[in-house]
Amino acid sequence: MKFGVIVFPGSNCDHDAYHVISKHVGQPVDFIWHRETDLSAYDALIIPGGFSYGDYLRAGALASFSPVMNSVRKFAAQDKLVLGICNGFQILCEAGLLPGALIRNRELHFVCEHVNVRVETIDTPFTHELTRRQVLKMPIAHAEGNYVCDDATFEELKSGERIVFRYCDPQGNVTDETNVNGSRDNIAGICNAGRNVMGLMPHPERACEDALGSSDGRALFHSLVGALAAAA
Amino acid sequence: MKAKVYVTLKPSVLDPQGKAIKHSVELLGYQGINDIRQGKYFEIALNGGLTEDDARAEATRMAREVLSNPIIEDFRVEIEK
Repeated sequence: MKFGVIVFPGSNCDHDAYHVISKHVGQPVDFIWHRETDLSAYDALIIPGGFSYGDYLRAGALASFSPVMNSVRKFAAQDKLVLGICNGFQILCEAGLLPGALIRNRELHFVCEHVNVRVETIDTPFTHELTRRQVLKMPIAHAEGNYVCDDATFEELKSGERIVFRYCDPQGNVTDETNVNGSRDNIAGICNAGRNVMGLMPHPERACEDALGSSDGRALFHSLVGALAAAA
Repeated sequence: MKAKVYVTLKPSVLDPQGKAIKHSVELLGYQGINDIRQGKYFEIALNGGLTEDDARAEATRMAREVLSNPIIEDFRVEIEK
């Protein structure tokens, strides 16, 4: 199964994602420049973190108009897997592949630290090898991670069990104190209605080696590979 | 001809930057301020051959599809001849 990591001008977690897929997951992976339009060779795409186009206009906005994104829409419409991490989550929201938007953090700061998130659903290809309510420690590094959506969208996310991760404490308690950026209902990650597109602000690709402070992110990539193997 | 596009956060969306600016302004002694909301302003130079209606339509489309995110923002378009 072949992975693609999409690279925009200003992406800076592309090599981390590539490293994890090639070294830890042991699958073939390519970098895909944002001007590419043929994604037929790939089984799963990662839209990595970074500051695509310098976050000009709105975080993720200009990247969402890149040529590759039309192909990503078609790719997603074929039920293939798309994972957006941090800036990748912002891009997926701007592209309309995920609902809602990510605005400036409640406290305005750029927050760069390890946080805990609780797995809210294992009914996704990205989390099916995890346990519901399991707590994962992963780093965040963003200034625009404050998830907002209107009430109707929020109800759809809740009733469809599409909220995948919420910020919590190490014991899994979800409180306002653990809400690092002011996101609605502590939302750290969501999926689309088809459950094949997921975006999250924490960086699982930076949490795959104990030397980096956590290897909790690995389970997410192993879930992904397991889902692809089961579908093959 | 020039199009002026104002993009502002919807009233229901928290504006932490506006809040911080209001706080600073009040520290400087400015009084009577109820609220400050930060937005974006775009000046778009348009081809003089467009009619005012066409210019407005084109700038409005651009504002809706690119310059604003309709989930969190509203916009207003003005045309200056």
